[in-house]
Amino acid sequence: MIPNNFEYFAPTSIDEAVKLLEKHGDDCKILSGGHSLIPALKLRLAAPAVVLDIGRIKELKQIKIDGNTIRIGANATHSEIANSAELKQHCPLLGETAAQIGDQQVRNRGTLGGSLTHADPAADWPAAMLALNAEIVVRSGKGERVIKAADFFVDIMTSAVQPHEIVTEIRVPKPAQPNAAVYLKVPQSASGYAVVGVAAQLKINNGQCEDVSIGVTGLAPKAFRAKSVEDALRGKALDEGTVSAATAKADADASDAMEDIHASGDYRRHLARVYAKRAVQTAASRA
Amino acid sequence: MNISLSINGIKHEADVEPRLLLVHFIRDLVGLTGTHIGCETSICGACTVFLDGKPVKSCTILAVQADGTEITTIEGLAKNGQFHPVQEGFWECHGLQCGFCTTGMIMAVCGLLQENPQPTEEQIRHGLEGNLCRCTGYQHIVDSVQYAANKLKTQSAKAD
Amino acid sequence: MSFLAKYIGQKVKRTEDPRLIQGLGHYVDDIKLADTLHVAILRSPYAHAKINSINVEGAKQAPGVMAVYTGNDVEGKVGYVPCAAALPELKVPKYPVLAQGKVIFVGQPVAAVVATDKYKARDAVDLIEVDYDPLDVVTDPERAAKPDCPVIHEEFGTNVAFVHSAGTGDLEAAFKQADKIVSQRLNHPRLAPIALETRGVLAQYFPGEQQMNLWSSTQIPHLMRTQVAIMLGIPENKLRVVAPEVGGGFGSKLNVYAEEALLGWISMQLHKPVKWIETRRENMAATIHGRAQVGTVDVAVKNDGTLLGLKYNVTADVGAYHQLLTPAIPTLTGLMLSGAYKIPAISMTCTGVFTNKMSTDAYRGAGRPEATYLIERIMDRIAQELKMDPVELRRKNFPQPSEFPFGTATGLFYDSGDYDKALNKALEIVDYKKLREEQKAARAQGRLMGIGVSTYVEICAIGPSAATPAGGWESATVRVEPTGKVTVLTGISPHGQGEETSFAQIVADMLGVDLNDVLVIHGDTSIVQYGIGTFGSRGIAIGGTAIAMATEKVVAKARKLAAHMIGADEEGITFENGKFVGSPTDKAVTLQEVALSAHVAHNIPTDFEPGLVATHFFEPKNFTFPFGTHICVVELDKDTGDVKILRYVAVDDCGKQINPLLVAGQVHGGIAQGLAQALYEEVVYDENGQLLTGELMDYAVPKAHQLPRYECDHTETPTDVNPLGVKGVGEAGTIGSTPAIANAVIDALGPFGVQHIDLPLRPEKLWRAMNN
Repeated sequence: MIPNNFEYFAPTSIDEAVKLLEKHGDDCKILSGGHSLIPALKLRLAAPAVVLDIGRIKELKQIKIDGNTIRIGANATHSEIANSAELKQHCPLLGETAAQIGDQQVRNRGTLGGSLTHADPAADWPAAMLALNAEIVVRSGKGERVIKAADFFVDIMTSAVQPHEIVTEIRVPKPAQPNAAVYLKVPQSASGYAVVGVAAQLKINNGQCEDVSIGVTGLAPKAFRAKSVEDALRGKALDEGTVSAATAKADADASDAMEDIHASGDYRRHLARVYAKRAVQTAASRA
Repeated sequence: MNISLSINGIKHEADVEPRLLLVHFIRDLVGLTGTHIGCETSICGACTVFLDGKPVKSCTILAVQADGTEITTIEGLAKNGQFHPVQEGFWECHGLQCGFCTTGMIMAVCGLLQENPQPTEEQIRHGLEGNLCRCTGYQHIVDSVQYAANKLKTQSAKAD
Repeated sequence: MSFLAKYIGQKVKRTEDPRLIQGLGHYVDDIKLADTLHVAILRSPYAHAKINSINVEGAKQAPGVMAVYTGNDVEGKVGYVPCAAALPELKVPKYPVLAQGKVIFVGQPVAAVVATDKYKARDAVDLIEVDYDPLDVVTDPERAAKPDCPVIHEEFGTNVAFVHSAGTGDLEAAFKQADKIVSQRLNHPRLAPIALETRGVLAQYFPGEQQMNLWSSTQIPHLMRTQVAIMLGIPENKLRVVAPEVGGGFGSKLNVYAEEALLGWISMQLHKPVKWIETRRENMAATIHGRAQVGTVDVAVKNDGTLLGLKYNVTADVGAYHQLLTPAIPTLTGLMLSGAYKIPAISMTCTGVFTNKMSTDAYRGAGRPEATYLIERIMDRIAQELKMDPVELRRKNFPQPSEFPFGTATGLFYDSGDYDKALNKALEIVDYKKLREEQKAARAQGRLMGIGVSTYVEICAIGPSAATPAGGWESATVRVEPTGKVTVLTGISPHGQGEETSFAQIVADMLGVDLNDVLVIHGDTSIVQYGIGTFGSRGIAIGGTAIAMATEKVVAKARKLAAHMIGADEEGITFENGKFVGSPTDKAVTLQEVALSAHVAHNIPTDFEPGLVATHFFEPKNFTFPFGTHICVVELDKDTGDVKILRYVAVDDCGKQINPLLVAGQVHGGIAQGLAQALYEEVVYDENGQLLTGELMDYAVPKAHQLPRYECDHTETPTDVNPLGVKGVGEAGTIGSTPAIANAVIDALGPFGVQHIDLPLRPEKLWRAMNN
């Protein structure tokens, strides 16, 4: 219940944060909303010497539409994303995902950047980020680096963010058919994390699937794109048979299947197939 | 580290360790013990308070993060000796038994009704997913929320 | 005595609530004493290990640390954690408050750090170095009883703590006469009670007076006082135990744990108040668990559905040590094996075994949910085997109302009952016939709809003293103060049940005073006469009766003075609505006037003792046996195994209801816990005895959206066990609901020929059952 002691900095600009990170990066944890880090501190699963609170950096909070790109500051909370009218219009998948994270209190504090950096394999955001072909922008003393969502999730609790880097922004290309999307999950009964979660973004033309991207979380040690499903759908009419056959491959691209007291690997694989099918059908019905 | 925050309209300043949790600041330093602690993993919601107008879990916030904010705790909810309609709803509908989750639950309900003033039963149930109650089986809590929603509606109709 | 029931039977709002909804109640951690030191406990990370050495030097040097204690420090100074239950040849291991020489479960207290604040205390815990030699771990209770299994308590040479047999009747004949024997192996998973307020202790020793105040989040302040006084070797009357506001118990606080005596002892060493508040992680690991039985039930039955005999062979997982009532819990299972049915021959053999896990003890229902689950589950199995409707099978075996008091082969006498009535009412509410038709139609469409019925009976108002480890009576004092305000002191120790209200309802009606003029005081051993406490659905049936009887004594006494005051014959005086009216003079005095007169004592009869107070200790003549029917309708997701509860109907009979609002609250909460047991909850240890459900992130206490709306109704069958005619309702929901939903889920899987699936009915298990 009680964290170890640490040194605390609360910079108000990205530059200041980057400087502090250069100095303390090796034994420093970045605090954004704190809803991944603080429980870990309290259980003493994490005990950094320095906590760098980026919550006071205003420039990390913005949500804006920049031409064909949606730009979301790393500190945008799940609530802010869920409630954004602009996002609802241009990319409803973001809000739909955000609204399924944790609970209202958690959503009021937890941030997109924080969640992504934490790289929990059962988190909700990775599925949507993958399905939306998002890019994650990180900054360090060496400058800016843009990481594709597909390269961002490395392993359990490991993202591509390096110790001296800070996530500043998430860039999401505006989907061509914003409404043809969905995020569906099987929540773990205690924590609400995803046993399996599937995000799908489609583009449908005359009943044909012109494009599709599907992100799967919860199943594997890292969230992944269900490319085998996508390939089996792209260019096809989304009839029951096609969707069934395609989504039967929903677990094909999983590096491995996680197992715990809540679900076996086999069951997770099965859920991924079921939910991929439901996701594709729901997204298609919304097009 | 020196921090200053307002709790129920009263300013509190203190020199705190950065690791001090907001809930401990509220309970131990300020002495408002209506905000409870039921877990350490941000599941139970017993520690829910309002921070700058939104419900949050004060056990998952450092006091230093709350520097400069305005906090409302359960003790700040009743005004001029009048219970808040949500408090009233819990009393009228037997929405509490042991009372331990209740204070956080009431704060969460306030948050829920702020977002959605006339929720359906399903919306109420989902809206309270951040709060555990072990006593009531939730049905009377749902009734309490509906009572409060109706009362608030009547009040705002009168105010109009 | 007759009185106008203005409050009794009404949905009276609780008098407790104003303080609680404002956050102004005082739970243990809300009580702040100057100079309080804080205790943090180092607990065993191993399920079974030898302690070679403990180095506390680093911790002692840490900032703010006042002392660090280990098992060596308390050896011979603090007594062992007590077990109050007795069974023939029960093996009771010594349970030290801090581990001595070895640890035998994850979470066992090893050392205690005392510091000036809780942050410093917690820091210093990490500085204690313990050298452990891990030993072989026993987690499977059935393996624990086997001869080749490592032994946890070497002094016994076995892990078998007790073998308990129960039941009567000619079982052999029953099984010989049977047309069919239906058997089922059943597992009752280990559960965690999870009161939202964890445990907590605040101890304050006064070295001059040699007295101690001990605040503890407990259901049994008086029993705790006795036990802790013994453990600490201090006179019981110099120990004051206070149960302040208590944030739920569900049996988990019907206990005496290591920490109460430990904190008391530390306060005696340091002459300062000391506080320890359990974290949730500690709560999951080191507060008692419940259930944890695994066994096989065999039932001898005729082809027409007549039950002839029942045999239950079961292993009960004791855990590492006995806590207060551990071995008594399965005996309640044994008592309730007849369920709501006539079964001429019953036998239970229960083997209690030690394992390297936290102790099991009373969790809401305490042994009865196990009995009800197994009998209600096997009834459905029998119906399946005989191709009978499960409702008809049940009805066929009910004792009829005229057969009460109904004697069971387990040696009980059920006080009263009309099982058909409750069943019929529930069937009517759900429209059972129509439901079965809907089910048929759903199945034809390939949908998996299931209907589950449970007709339970439970044993409440625990209990007659002869059947209760530490006395089964309850005490009450009712006092009319000089101003006419009424003070009630009860030995019951409510922690959410709302008895400050329901007790006040009884007294206010009996005395004809306003509800708000009655103050119910509980939980403080220096104010309240000795009492037993709150558990076993006994609060109103026993504690409320004690209050009613004490109130009668007060009225009788007041009547005497009233007669004197108005110059009338005592016999002719009527008492109604707070007024004594003489006959034939028609002169009247109010209770308030009598109370004042009784205290001023200027003009009282010569044989009248001043004051207006009476105490009553009520010893019940029997248990009570509430009953009811719960019906659950579910639909399963064929693709995922997900369970959706479509309807939940509960018709409960708890006798007379003092406050239907509170009865509903108890029923709802009970159903929630029973459904959670069926669908979500299970304490899981791995094969090394590591607790995998150590947080609420992994142990699923259900949230609002994971539970249905309950449709509740009731029947009211009077009982003569107590003059209030109440039976108790605290555990009914938990007991009735688990089998109702389990039967519904298995029924839904009927098309797959499924006979049984063990709890919890997680979607994956159901999906597997559909795909095997």
